[in-house]
Amino acid sequence: MFQGTNLACVRGDRKLFESISFKLEAGGLMQVNGPNGSGKTSLLRILCGLSSPGMGIISWNDVAIGTLGSEYFRELTYIGHLSGTKDDLTALENLRISSALAGQKISDKQAQDALTYMGLRGRESLPAKVLSQGQRRRVALARLLVCKTKLWILDEPLAALDVSAVKLMQALLEQHLKQEGMVIMTTHQDIDVTAASTIQLQLA
Amino acid sequence: MFFWIVQRDLLLAVRRRSDVLTTLFFFIIVVSLFPLSVGPEMNMLRTMAPGVVWVAALLASMLSLGRLFASDYLDGTLEQMLLSPHSLPFLVLGKALAHWLVSGVPLVMMAPVLGIQYDLPLDALFVLTLSLMLGTPVLSLIGAIGAGLTLGLRGSGVLVSLLVLPLYIPVLIFGAGAVEANMAGVEFDAHLSLLGAFLLVSIVFAPWAAAASLRVSME
Repeated sequence: MFQGTNLACVRGDRKLFESISFKLEAGGLMQVNGPNGSGKTSLLRILCGLSSPGMGIISWNDVAIGTLGSEYFRELTYIGHLSGTKDDLTALENLRISSALAGQKISDKQAQDALTYMGLRGRESLPAKVLSQGQRRRVALARLLVCKTKLWILDEPLAALDVSAVKLMQALLEQHLKQEGMVIMTTHQDIDVTAASTIQLQLA
Repeated sequence: MFFWIVQRDLLLAVRRRSDVLTTLFFFIIVVSLFPLSVGPEMNMLRTMAPGVVWVAALLASMLSLGRLFASDYLDGTLEQMLLSPHSLPFLVLGKALAHWLVSGVPLVMMAPVLGIQYDLPLDALFVLTLSLMLGTPVLSLIGAIGAGLTLGLRGSGVLVSLLVLPLYIPVLIFGAGAVEANMAGVEFDAHLSLLGAFLLVSIVFAPWAAAASLRVSME
């Protein structure tokens, strides 16, 4: 269970949001909505533990994430605006290294399969700098296929993706939710994901 | 994981050779310009050699500090490192080791060759190389703290110099001191022992400090 209680975020002397509370059960999806600049990314970074909230507590299975430390990171996959792909590495190397960094060592074969699933067959050994924006995004998202984490926090995962990739993502999210996973995401695109429970969080 | 990071950074350095060569060429040029501009006064060259080589190594090492975390910061890899279940200080230690292998080791290898221009005797060349070997990793480790603190700031290059230079000075004094002591015919063990001590202390403490500074910078 992932729970946030009374969260607030202050940037400078501006309050981005306050008294945000939610409770996400296994198999639950939380969509964070709001206009540009309403603090969606800030909220997701706080939920990851990258920055600390101005107020409030975030707990994973009733333990505050600050005290869990790396135990929490083991359950978490975060894909932010910046995809974390290195220009000078190939798609395959990028995927293998980013998975290893996330504590999940994968073989060449596994990485190859994940990239094929994401529609990057034949482009595995191209350096990421020659890939298009959408293809880089696919490389980053391929990590979701190989990681075995419970909680996915995705910041605009559908940005720059084409229609077929959005469908792919939708299937991937539904499968993850069916396996008792949890997803927190922001998006400006319409996506229809069926989940055991869906929370819509509106930021002003 | 430690070796994954080292391997990755070395791979990146191989793919982007110009960065590595910039540091090395800077070092070679600075050290080579002094004998040309000062003139072939052997005694003077010999006395200034340790200082010049060490200052050049220090500046060259500082030149490459900006790249230690900057590219990872810009493409989002650093966020992933902070969220990694592996311990961040270890990842930082891996990055510092890779930084030293890429920017420090070439300097150590070039130093004896460049020292010949200053008419250094053979055993002084040996001590110079040894002192650089012990001292340059300290520069990378301490530099990591400064690079972490100034991450994403404007004019971080100047700021990082101001932050780390005072911490570099003991290394400079004992590094150059070892060679001077050797040429004066005095025991130089004490200088090298102190450099070794600096190295051990910074291996233990610098990664923690750098990891903490990265967390602060990424807030």
